[in-house]
This record gives sequence, structure tokens and C-alpha cells, in this order.
Amino acid sequence: MAKIETFYEVMRKQGITRRSFLKYCSLTAASLGLSPAFAPKIAHAMETKPRLPVLWLHGLECTCCSESFIRSAHPLAKDVILSMISLDYDDLIMAAAGERAEAIIDETIEKYDGEFLLAIEGNAPLNQDGMSMIVAGKPFSEQLNHVAKHCKAIISWGSCASWGCVQAAAPNPTRAVPTHKHPGLPNKPIIKVPGCPPIAEVMTAVIAYMVTFDRIPSLDRQGRPKMFYSQRIHDKCYRRPHFDAGQFVEEFDDEYARKGYCLYKVGCKGPTTYNACSTIRWNEGTSFPIQAGHGCIGCSEDGFWDKGSFYDRLSGIHQFGIEENADQVGGTAAAIVGGAVAIHAAASAIKIATSKTDQGDK
Amino acid sequence: MSESVDLKQHGDSVYVYEAPVRIWHWINALAILVLCITGYFIGSPLPTLSGEASDHYVMGYIRFAHFAAGYILAVGILGRLYWAFAGNEHAKELFFPSFSKKALLGAWHEILWYSFLVKEPKKCVGHNPLATYAMFFMFVLGAFFMIVTGFALYGEGTGMGSWQFELFSAWVIPLFGQSQDVHTFHHLGMWLIIFFVMAHVYVAIREDFMSRQSMVSTMISGWRMFKDNRP
Repeated sequence: MAKIETFYEVMRKQGITRRSFLKYCSLTAASLGLSPAFAPKIAHAMETKPRLPVLWLHGLECTCCSESFIRSAHPLAKDVILSMISLDYDDLIMAAAGERAEAIIDETIEKYDGEFLLAIEGNAPLNQDGMSMIVAGKPFSEQLNHVAKHCKAIISWGSCASWGCVQAAAPNPTRAVPTHKHPGLPNKPIIKVPGCPPIAEVMTAVIAYMVTFDRIPSLDRQGRPKMFYSQRIHDKCYRRPHFDAGQFVEEFDDEYARKGYCLYKVGCKGPTTYNACSTIRWNEGTSFPIQAGHGCIGCSEDGFWDKGSFYDRLSGIHQFGIEENADQVGGTAAAIVGGAVAIHAAASAIKIATSKTDQGDK
Repeated sequence: MSESVDLKQHGDSVYVYEAPVRIWHWINALAILVLCITGYFIGSPLPTLSGEASDHYVMGYIRFAHFAAGYILAVGILGRLYWAFAGNEHAKELFFPSFSKKALLGAWHEILWYSFLVKEPKKCVGHNPLATYAMFFMFVLGAFFMIVTGFALYGEGTGMGSWQFELFSAWVIPLFGQSQDVHTFHHLGMWLIIFFVMAHVYVAIREDFMSRQSMVSTMISGWRMFKDNRP
């Protein structure tokens, strides 16, 4: 097996100074929420550890995860892709094509069996024998299980791989399933990085963590890295003071919208969405949906396409062929119960009156 | 439930609801009132206030009242559960309704009574069997559901590592799939409790007029008075 270059060696080859390298290590430690004492450890890991081979597979998806990833500002996606990891296969951005590209998968499996990281963008459809998603003449489902059998760990990029996303939305015609529900998948650790797409810095930091510490980051019950998914958008939202004060945008384009009040009443899903948008933001920290004046649509939550309107805080309840939410259903039922009580009370009053007359007659 | 009830004569009184049960009942009723009103305004907030955000704290106060009342409800129900074992035989009815043949027939008779199909209700020292079922299935199970989902939602705010999160949010939210569905079912739970309150208040007042024993005053004084001599 050929010696794999370390991250540091590759960086130096690209003309990056040691000073810049150490700066990058401090920055990465900070973005991971680690103390400054970890910066030398990161530096040490980068200097000594061989680069991590990664196979990046694409199932049913829209490529938004990749689009996001290559726009990462920090650590620069260029650095991550070219230096920290050895991205051996990514059919979206690799130069090779056809059989030559596919051969790389088998090559990597042979060389680094049980050592490489499998990154999955999108998911596999199961209906029609998986024919809705064909890679190199075979269902993607087969490729997924084949590669997963030899990998060290799996990263589920985005809501597609983590939860199913739009292609798995009801009625899910192709029966697309997220990675962890894929039948026949070998038992490997799965890291979910949901979002449609996930934040670029989150994606690169997850990889940076794994390269540095040689282990997967600590995950919550649903398999998401705690460092980025342990709080809701709402918890760190810069419009939160308006929420606590009771100042809301009543409708888009009103005076309150211009003043930047809380978007809760126009259906912002910030209070139910676990993600880091309100802290890390997007496009080099430029903005995020709420800052742009539109509520969060909860794209990193399970089944967000199937929970009714993006402009309603409650999930839709599909009954009687009419889409209702919990308060409409409850309010209607309360009116019926109230009406029934009134009628029953009237009937009871009549009964009392008639029984008194009966007694009077006797 | 109706032990030796047939012997009760006009003017007889039985001490049914002990002081802790009565105090709990009214504190609990108040907590539910506060929870429903504040809960509704958390879901559908009041009209926007103008001025600086630092001038107001409306949602903050409403949410505080909701959380405080939620704690009172939860602690109250735990205390009431303790009293089911420490108190008299009637204290158990709320949590452990009887499903004996006699109780089921009693409930059926009560349904007929409410449907105006029988002339007279039966006498009951404690709750009538139908009431115990309504209280257990709508109130006890409903309140239990609201406490569990409520603490799960509260734990989201207190954050990972807090006991509310570890004890409730950590398993409730994955169970429902995500936080939004927990919110939605928490709203539905509120309506279930409201239906119970509507039926409960109406029936209690109606029974006060039409049944053969005292009703509303019993939950104030603790004593059940019987109104006639018939069995």
C-alpha cells in the first residue's frame, strides 16, 4: 500500500505557511466548540495522520448538499476536499467518468477495506426493483449496500439520506428510504447531517472532527452530531427578543415585517427545528432564512414536506378529505360538544319542568 | 362505589372527599384553566405590541404562567396519586376505576339516564361508574399525556443535559418523529381536556339538580347528602 500523505504535507505542498496552518487549526477548534487547548491536538493530528479516504455516493437527490459543501467558507472546502480527506469518488465533481470512475470504487474498497468513510447524498428508491435510480446499470440500492459493507462509518448528508426528504414525501411513489432504513444495510455507525441542504460549515466541521479525533462526533438520540443539532433555531435566533416581547409579523409585507419582528405567526418553524442556521448562518455567515424575512421551513426535520403548510405552525391533520390543523379540529369539536351540552341542558330542564307538573297533578 | 348505598336515607350524609382531595381538585381546576388559556395564547399569540422589544415581555409572562401551572398540575397529580393509596376508598376511584360487571351495568344505566330513557339515576356514594370512566380515560390519561408531552417541549428550552430533556424530550421527540408533531398532539390533548371540563362541569351542575344526591357542594364540604328514601 502506498504511503498516504498527511493533511499537513498536502497543505505545505500547496504553499500554505505553517503560520496559516496553525491559524486554521485554532479556527477549526473554535468552530467545533472546543477549547483553545485542542488547537495543538488538531495540528498534531493533521501533521501525523494519513488522509481519510472518502467515497461520496449520490442517490435520489438534487445535488444541493454538494452545492452547499463546495461553498464552505471555513474551513475552505478546497482545503477539506483536496487536503484533509482523500475524496476518491464523487461522481458529481470528479473528472473521471464511466467505467473508469466506477473502477475507483472497487479500488478503494480493495485498498482501504474497513478504513474509508462512506458519504451518502440522497437515498435509494426500492419500488420497481430500485429502477428509479440507476448507477452504472445497476440499482443504486445495490451499490449502497456493497460499499457500505466495506466502509468504516457512514455520513448521511442532508435530509434525503437522513430522513427521506421530498422524494419520500407522501405518497412516496418510488418508496425512497433514508440510509438508516435501507434494507440489507450492514450495521455501521451512521452520522446524520440533515438539512436541505445542510450548512456547509457543519458538513466540513463534521469531517474535520472525524479526521482529527479518529472517532465519530457525539450524536443525539436521532443520530445527529450534538455540536450542531442540540439546539433549535429559535433558541439562538436574533429575533427571539421580539418573540418574548410578543412582537410578531402578522402578515408578510406589514409594518412589523419591515421592523424585523418575530415570524412565529407566519409559520416560522424555528421553535421546532434543530439546526445551527441562527448561529453559523449561510454563505460565509451572510444571512439565513429568518434574517432574510421568511420563516424557517424546518428543512432539517424528519418528514418536513408532510407536515402541512410552511406557513402554519401546526402539522396538518388529514381527515375527512379536508386539511385541518389541531386547533381547527379541536375548535370545531368543542363547538359540537358545547352545542350538545346546551341541547342536553334544555332537554333536562324540560324534564324537570314536566316531572314537577306530574307531581303537581297528583 | 355504591356499597350499602341502598340503605342511605333522605338527609343521610357520608364523608366522601377528604380535605386533600378537595384542595387538589380546586387547585387542579385552576391550573387547567391557566394552562388552557396561556397554552392557547402560546399557540396563537395576542396581537403585536408596538414599541421597543425591551418594553414588553408578554410572551415571556404567558409562557412563565404556563410552565408554572404545568408544574403545579404535575406535582398535584403525583400528590393525588399518593392520596389514592393513603386516603379513603373513594380516593382510588380516579386512578383505578372498577370494571366489574356491576360497575359496567351501572355505567350503562347512567348512559340510559343521560339519554332520558330511565326515570331515575342510581344512588352513588362516590362517583357513578360512568363518571369514573370519563375521569380515567379523558382526564387521568389525558393529563398524563399532557404532562409527558409538556415536559418534553419544556425540555427543548432547558436544553440537553437538563433533567426535563433527559427524562422526557430525549425519548418523546424521537417517538413522534420531530418536535412539530409533539406540539400538534399537545394542542389536541388540550382540546380533549377541554371536552372533559365541559362535560364534567355541565354534568356536575345537572346532577346537582336532577340526581338523588348532592354534587357540587360535596366537592366543597366533602359530605355527600342523599335526597330521598327510595332504594
